[in-house]
Amino acid sequence: MDGIQELKAKYLAEIADAGDENAIEAVRLAAVGKKGEVSLKMRELGKMTPEERKTAGPMLNALKDEINSAIAARKAALADAALEERLRAEWLDVTQPSRPRSEGTVHPISQVTEEIIAIFADLGYAVAEGPQIENDFYNFDALNIPPEHPARQEFDTFYMHRAEGDNRPPNVLRTHTSPVQIRHMEKHGAPCRIIAPGRVYRSDYDQTHTPMFHQVEGLAIDKDISMANLKWTLEEFCRAFFEVDNVELKFRASHFPFTEPSAEVDIKCSWTGGQLKIGEGDDWMEILGSGMVHPKVLEAAGVDPNEYQGFAFGMGIDRLAMLKYGIPDLRAFFDSDLRWLRHYGFAALDVPTIHGGISR
Amino acid sequence: MKFTLSWLKEHLDTDATLDEITYALTDLGLEVEGVENPAEKLAGFTLGKVTHAEKHPDADRLRVCTVETDDGPQQIICGAPNAREGITVVVCKPGQYVPGIDTTIKVGKIRGVESFGMMASERELELSDEHDGIIELPSGEVGESFADWLAANKPDKTDPVIDIAITPNRPDALGVRGVARDLAARGLGTLKPALVEPVKGGFESPVKVSIDADVLDKGCPVFMGRTIKGVKNGPSPQWLQDRLRAIGLRPISALVDITNFMTYDRNRPLHVFDVAKVNGDLRVHFAEGGETLTALDDKEYTLDAGMMAISDDTGVESIAGIMGGLATGCTEDTTEVFLESAYWDPITIAMAGRKLKINSDARYRFERGVDPAFTPEGLEMATRMILDLCGGEASDVVVAGAVPDTGRSYTLDPARVISLVGMDIPREEQVRILTDLGFSATGTGDTLEVWVPSWRPDVRGEADLVEEIARVASLTKLQGVPMPRASVGVAKPVLTPMQKRQGMARRTIAALGYNECVTYSFIDRKSAALFGGGSDDVMLGNPISSEMSHMRPTLLPSLLLAASKNQSRGFNDLALFEIGHGFEGGEPEEQKLLACGIRTGATAPRNAFGTRRDVDVFDAKADAEAALAAIGVSVGNLMVMRNAPEWFHPGRSAVLSLGPKNPLAVFGELHPKVLAEMDVKGPAVAFTLFLENAPFPKAKSKTRPALDISDYQAVERDFAFVVDGDLEVDKLLKAAKGADKKLIESVSLFDVFVLDDDKKSVAISVRIQPRSGTLTDKEIEAVAAQVIAKVEKATGATLRG
Repeated sequence: MDGIQELKAKYLAEIADAGDENAIEAVRLAAVGKKGEVSLKMRELGKMTPEERKTAGPMLNALKDEINSAIAARKAALADAALEERLRAEWLDVTQPSRPRSEGTVHPISQVTEEIIAIFADLGYAVAEGPQIENDFYNFDALNIPPEHPARQEFDTFYMHRAEGDNRPPNVLRTHTSPVQIRHMEKHGAPCRIIAPGRVYRSDYDQTHTPMFHQVEGLAIDKDISMANLKWTLEEFCRAFFEVDNVELKFRASHFPFTEPSAEVDIKCSWTGGQLKIGEGDDWMEILGSGMVHPKVLEAAGVDPNEYQGFAFGMGIDRLAMLKYGIPDLRAFFDSDLRWLRHYGFAALDVPTIHGGISR
Repeated sequence: MKFTLSWLKEHLDTDATLDEITYALTDLGLEVEGVENPAEKLAGFTLGKVTHAEKHPDADRLRVCTVETDDGPQQIICGAPNAREGITVVVCKPGQYVPGIDTTIKVGKIRGVESFGMMASERELELSDEHDGIIELPSGEVGESFADWLAANKPDKTDPVIDIAITPNRPDALGVRGVARDLAARGLGTLKPALVEPVKGGFESPVKVSIDADVLDKGCPVFMGRTIKGVKNGPSPQWLQDRLRAIGLRPISALVDITNFMTYDRNRPLHVFDVAKVNGDLRVHFAEGGETLTALDDKEYTLDAGMMAISDDTGVESIAGIMGGLATGCTEDTTEVFLESAYWDPITIAMAGRKLKINSDARYRFERGVDPAFTPEGLEMATRMILDLCGGEASDVVVAGAVPDTGRSYTLDPARVISLVGMDIPREEQVRILTDLGFSATGTGDTLEVWVPSWRPDVRGEADLVEEIARVASLTKLQGVPMPRASVGVAKPVLTPMQKRQGMARRTIAALGYNECVTYSFIDRKSAALFGGGSDDVMLGNPISSEMSHMRPTLLPSLLLAASKNQSRGFNDLALFEIGHGFEGGEPEEQKLLACGIRTGATAPRNAFGTRRDVDVFDAKADAEAALAAIGVSVGNLMVMRNAPEWFHPGRSAVLSLGPKNPLAVFGELHPKVLAEMDVKGPAVAFTLFLENAPFPKAKSKTRPALDISDYQAVERDFAFVVDGDLEVDKLLKAAKGADKKLIESVSLFDVFVLDDDKKSVAISVRIQPRSGTLTDKEIEAVAAQVIAKVEKATGATLRG
């Protein structure tokens, strides 16, 4: 058939020249539209002899396909070009700071308390609580500190005011978390394993003391718990808390009215350039007080000391936070200086777990 | 408690080094707080001999000396008048630090002549205040260490002073001998015998003693003494003065120094009356109250009824066991004394001492407990010292009452040491330790019968005996032993629902952008009063300052104080929160768990997107709702009640309640007056969550209800109503929602603006969710008509045209 090559050359050239959608549509109509040149030619096929049709038919179909796909390709190219242009126009200065979002923080005391809870929970310790305003029975008497015992004066106790004529002994702001031992055993008896974190108060305010601070009490009572178990427990705790494998603890004889025997516990560490490293060096630093619960304390809490025994310990949460995270000044913990809160605080989703690690 | 090494060695026969001794003390529970070792400061100074001395060519007072030292002959310029040929001196070489003048010696020229060091005076080496000349030693070889020379010739000058902390249970260690006994038990030497040979009286004491019957029962079981006449009360001998000075006491006179020595050597406080000033006999009695006495500290004290006093015929002469009276005290002129040795009840002494606010060595010891059995021996020992140092003659001893019997024994099962402490210490070693500590342990069966010595009032049972054994054997040797897990298998959760709730609230509020604070639970009265507190019920009896006098009713004043401080540091956009307790009264049960937050300033720093705006009440509301939702409250069901407390803006605050009587939270703008009082720049909004008020879900099942969704297309229809300006929009939203409970899935407010005439326009969007088939236009219109009708009826609104 004549002219097919010419048609092909003509329309492919026109398609390639088409600069926009409309131009392409015009070419399409002219070529393969109902009245387009190619369509008209195809209509002529009917008038042909079968032999002529055999050769002309496929040629025309091929031509039509080729023009259609050239149109599609050209359309796509144009769309790409248009998109390209749009994207170019949509350029933004992405070095510009983004919309501000505020990030809150969790206080180191809360974070460290949760770390301690996570570790002891794994060892099967529940979390017990008690009131901050205590009566003197729970804060002193039940803990084997009778009224005129010299030890009472060593606590720098805050007393609550009593009205004139009210002759009950004044309530106190608890000087330690130990009263929770008594309250817990009174209610739940033995055996038990608890820790009791919380605020405690002592009338002392200088560079290294604040009138309020935080303690965590530990108590484990059963029939055969010994001081050796206490040592192991504290070793395990320190290993997990300070996140070092080689922790070394030393027990040193001491005295607390509520434990017998009593020991202060030192941890091996090094101080170099003002930096503390646990598990290294040759220095020893006191970190907590502990001992075997005094039989009188068990008795006061309604637990039979002939049947049960166990250990108790108390450590400063603030101090643990200072040691672990290198926070220098205790007083700053309670100052709410925004710069401090941001610097030493923890992210809201930074939840300490045993499986994921106690800290990030 | 301070003592010197040589004092310790009076009681302890030992070759142990200072380091070994201090380590053992701390390990035994007698914690070493400090060691002052004069020899350390003297390390490096050596002896030299002046071989030649001549006048300085350009200075009359200076001498140019040639000094033979271990480095050979050195030229040293010296200004001391006694610098002369032939004397043995202490040489400070260039490079050495001289403590008394705080200087490191350098080679220098003095008036043009070179000097290679210094010859030291006693003051320059901090040995004494002597500075009239350089040290001249009577012996010693060139090159010998000066510290060694002192140790050999004047041991007092290099005697290390050890300071130990004594826990309240160890009164026996308040005497050097008690410390020595512990060290001997530890194996650091042997305790030297200290037999007290009684002094035979030569005459009858002119002063007699008696104890009132009621005191005898309770406060003073024994009071004894004797007169010593013909004493001369001059200064005490050098060794005693040195010893007292070393531990920080001022030597006064022989008599006073002897009682001080007895106090520190044996934990045996004594008192000495000047017999010339005592009228008649001495009587121990309870004060009736109101008696006054000028004590040895020159202060006048008024006794309360029940305090113990010692009186003569004219009245109270001594506050028993605490402090003597000035009038009958000894002076240099004293020639006849009455020496008192008594045992006082610790509790009675403690109460009196605390009330009188007297902190004397006597009170400190009697309230912890001295050895009652040593009362007569102490008297004899002090008598002997007085006779030795002051001369005189002693009378017979007069006694009222008798030494109380403190003898008691406890049964010790040697196996308790391993079951309680976890240390395997053989029975014989246990017996050895107890015996060395002065206990006596007998018994051949499974258990031991252990008698407690009179100087250990703290030992009251088997656990105390175990402690003694473990402490002396050294807890340092204790090895940890694993404890079995509390339960087999996966650890159970341990937190209570309330503890979980607290943690959830904390992390949610932090996630909302708040910084958590921990602030003091006590605040000043005025701030507490602003927030409904500040009553006497929550007042501290002994606050540390007026800023910390009252337990706070809520955490908001503390957060506002924190905000004020941060604002003054230039931080105005704040979001602070705290979780803690508020105190409604002064009893243990009157505390409630709160979570409080405040926002001040703007929501964001200035930025190019213009998202900064002032914080407002809806920020506080949103935060409160988010935190409530996090702890499991369905916020949609809460009532919004306009009864927030008066520290909030009355028109911009509300309580979120579950029923009228159970507030779960309060939020709002803070009252401008409160902000002004607390010195906080507004705007400031706040919320408080009452964490304990929200009920816990009853359902135990973790199964969620089946998901109920429809496949049919939802339709949204918008409506705008004109309502009265003070209409609460919640009413309108609820009416719209109730128009068709089946089809209306949600209603949301998307526009509110105030019109001129006390009216406002409220625009809402209603989402209609068909359930059983696509709705026709007609059906949708019917729902819309229903919405309009219900809203108009409930609120008097009209649909905007």
